[in-house]
Amino acid sequence: MMANVLLVLPLLIPLLTAATSFLAWRRTALHRALAVVGAAALLAAGIALLVYVWNHGTIATQAGAWPAPFGITLVADLFSALMVVLAGVVSLAVVIFSLGSMDRGREAYGYYPLVHGLLLGVCGAFLTGDLFNLYVWFEVMLMASFVLLALGGERAQLHGGIKYVTLNLVSSAVFLAAVGILYGLTGTLNMADLAERLNRIGPHSAVTAVGMLFLIAFGIKAAMFPLFFWLPASYHTPPGAASALFAGLLTKVGVYALIRVFTLLFVHEREFTHLLILVLSGLTMVTGVLGAVAQQEFRRVLSFHIISQIGYMTMGLGLAGLVDSPALAAVALAGSIFYIAHHIIVKTNLFLVSTVARRICGTFDLKLQGGLYQSQPLLAVLFLVPALSLAGIPPLSGFFAKLSLVQAGLNAEQYAIAATALAVGLLTLFSMTKIWAEAFWKPMPGTPTENAAASLLAPAQTRRLLIPIGALALLTVAIGLGAEFVFTLATGAAEQLLHRESYIQAVMGGTP
Amino acid sequence: METVLAIVVGCLYAAGIYMMLRRSLFKLILGLVLLSHGANLLIFTVGGLTRGRPPIAPPGATQPPTPSADPLPQSLILTAIVIGFAVLAFSLVLFHRGYQTFGSDDPDDLKVSE
Repeated sequence: MMANVLLVLPLLIPLLTAATSFLAWRRTALHRALAVVGAAALLAAGIALLVYVWNHGTIATQAGAWPAPFGITLVADLFSALMVVLAGVVSLAVVIFSLGSMDRGREAYGYYPLVHGLLLGVCGAFLTGDLFNLYVWFEVMLMASFVLLALGGERAQLHGGIKYVTLNLVSSAVFLAAVGILYGLTGTLNMADLAERLNRIGPHSAVTAVGMLFLIAFGIKAAMFPLFFWLPASYHTPPGAASALFAGLLTKVGVYALIRVFTLLFVHEREFTHLLILVLSGLTMVTGVLGAVAQQEFRRVLSFHIISQIGYMTMGLGLAGLVDSPALAAVALAGSIFYIAHHIIVKTNLFLVSTVARRICGTFDLKLQGGLYQSQPLLAVLFLVPALSLAGIPPLSGFFAKLSLVQAGLNAEQYAIAATALAVGLLTLFSMTKIWAEAFWKPMPGTPTENAAASLLAPAQTRRLLIPIGALALLTVAIGLGAEFVFTLATGAAEQLLHRESYIQAVMGGTP
Repeated sequence: METVLAIVVGCLYAAGIYMMLRRSLFKLILGLVLLSHGANLLIFTVGGLTRGRPPIAPPGATQPPTPSADPLPQSLILTAIVIGFAVLAFSLVLFHRGYQTFGSDDPDDLKVSE
């Protein structure tokens, strides 16, 4: 009973928040209050779910009490529960940040209910146990993100929005086709049931081909090489808070889906599928970080870094498929999961910092920014924490995330990928130094009066925006200092992912 | 029958991708429509085609006669059509706004700065 409630709450909370806000369309003040309460409740529900799953193992519930595999299944293992918690953290920080930074026009046109619509899709994708249902949740999430991206209708937004919408629709069409073919091959779409039937089929070329279709579909969503072009074209166009939400959550849903299907379903020709994932990971890291070097716009630099970081997340997945011992595979996957947790918090935070910098300097262009270290020393410190963490400087969270992945690479004797990961970390540091030198250290170009006129923020407003940024920075430090605990959690999640029988047992009940 | 539908699906995909590669936002939308129709028809075909045998149990029986049509692909397609319709409506509006703002139907003319 408890499990049922906990599984449904992360879907119910954003749904009710969004629906209530839509009903009270004109009352923006109510939207703001509801959005904060809803995000806080989502975080609390996520934590409760995580604690429950930690104590009781994988849990599942069947919607409408239709037994699996006929009904719609909701499943939570440690990995999905952890993702829900992270979604809660990001949404709370972004909503609080939005209160002080979102313009009246966008608020009046339903910005807050849309954020919760997005969260509904994200949490649904994390918790569903059915592939077609996953498609539906993806569409819910995409629809909300389309509107959030285009809301306001500025030139740049339309420009980015058209590319974003087109490529995501192509990805959805591929996903749908893959789901259809898989149904034709196996006669089921329940993931646990599918895992069992694919086990019985064993290595089969048609199944692997469908796996590749999933790799393309989720690869577009996750922005893997060579399918990432929509991301740097669109993420820098919406208002800062919205792009921080996108940067934190959207691509990670794609990574989550990749990890889910390539640990549960397509595991019978690993020497091909997972090697391909590993190679793509390396290329994703390198192209992303090189793209970032060439950029001069704050958010575009960060966007390219999302791509390069996606490579790290899928690297653990690739390595996990290529080692024979389950213990080493668990270490590799745990590295991926640790990396996702670290990345979501850090990247959201960096986008929020970039928004404050934009408010103060009047532009996102690094060449035109400057003097932030002098005028905003606290902001400068709060930039350094996530920036250094992203580059992997100890004792911050990114160091331990990278350490575990590189260690997994050495364990698997994949020295090329380990070397790539280290080199890309160095280039990331270079990029972060560039932002530091341009936006924070060099004096502000232009005369003081011009600069004062360009600034859109009163000091009191700035302080309010720094609260969520500071909280996320503290969390980054906390993950770094408490790395042992987070790593235990990630290892637990990885072991559950690799121990597929427990997942099947939880969903299908007594007949594994 | 499956062979014919397989060819139709292939044609839909080919036409959809061809349309998407044209230099026109309008044709891009048409391409997306064809692509999603192709995917829907694909689900229908791979789910197995059974003519004239609805999966309805006759009076007194506890299960429908075998072989009967599989209802699941049809419900999947129905869901996909509804979602596709909503997404299409949104993208039409978005692309129209883009056309109004940029004054051109050519994706290469979309420039951020004036």
